[in-house]
Amino acid sequence: MSLVIRKYCAIRDGRIRVDGEAVFSYEGQDGFKKFIRTAYKHFQTDYPKFFKMDNLSKLGFLSVEILLKGEDILKLHPAEKTGIILTNASSSLEIDEKHFESIKDRGQYFPSPSNFVYTLPNIMAGEAAIRHKIKGENTVLINKYFDPELIFILVELAFKSKSLSCCICGWVEQYENNYESLLFMVEKDNNNSAEDIIFEPSNLANIYKRNNEDGRINTKA
Amino acid sequence: MEELIQKLKEEIIEVLNLEEMEPGDIDPDAPLFGEGLGLDSIDALELIVLLEKNYGIKIEDPKDGRKIFFTLRTMAEYITEHQK
Repeated sequence: MSLVIRKYCAIRDGRIRVDGEAVFSYEGQDGFKKFIRTAYKHFQTDYPKFFKMDNLSKLGFLSVEILLKGEDILKLHPAEKTGIILTNASSSLEIDEKHFESIKDRGQYFPSPSNFVYTLPNIMAGEAAIRHKIKGENTVLINKYFDPELIFILVELAFKSKSLSCCICGWVEQYENNYESLLFMVEKDNNNSAEDIIFEPSNLANIYKRNNEDGRINTKA
Repeated sequence: MEELIQKLKEEIIEVLNLEEMEPGDIDPDAPLFGEGLGLDSIDALELIVLLEKNYGIKIEDPKDGRKIFFTLRTMAEYITEHQK
């Protein structure tokens, strides 16, 4: 079975690129929160629940949103045959710590329900699935670094075992002001376009490298 | 009462992450749930925590929440009546 990357989206250091082309740049140096809020507004995303999400989910949600902009994914693929498979290094650690702060003192024990519901990285994938009505495989795996081999194996397996027709996959990493995402829209090769990139580890690695020309975070090197 | 309502508006915007809203946008007599602010069940839990944390009021029966959190004004009235 041959799979192709139909489209990809990379977010890092205030820059957003789609298929390698810059689509948004934020010059401010005031951290992730300001960046993601500005990007949300720039792409005219109308989804008030976005503001209630934890930072990891905001990054994952907006990454999928930009990747699928202009794509009517459910016209192209059945909802049950479309999956989301993500990886990251820090899991939901930032919101986990925030939750822990609210419960560590038994005399001031006020856990916030809206924080607690995000204390799993899977919620990030769930938010994107809800938004786009995607009902297929939904997985988040934790890994120390962006690993093209791991992503390839997971996604290929999902296409075979879950009969996927399309999969949003890749890397969404965020902890405080360190953040980056690289998502791919992967489909079966139906000879749609000569511009499609073969979905294989070397191409994933090359795309990641091209989008991180000025240094990397959470990589083997 | 009006002072408490104003304070509640600011607290609700903060705890419910209603980043797009200003205190003046919230009508104290409009329903908080459904068509009003469009809050959901997680927000309801957050309001219960807010009452306990900021005002020392514990809601024993969650069913009472429907009346207490009907509008910002009913919430303020409940706080006024029950705050120690």
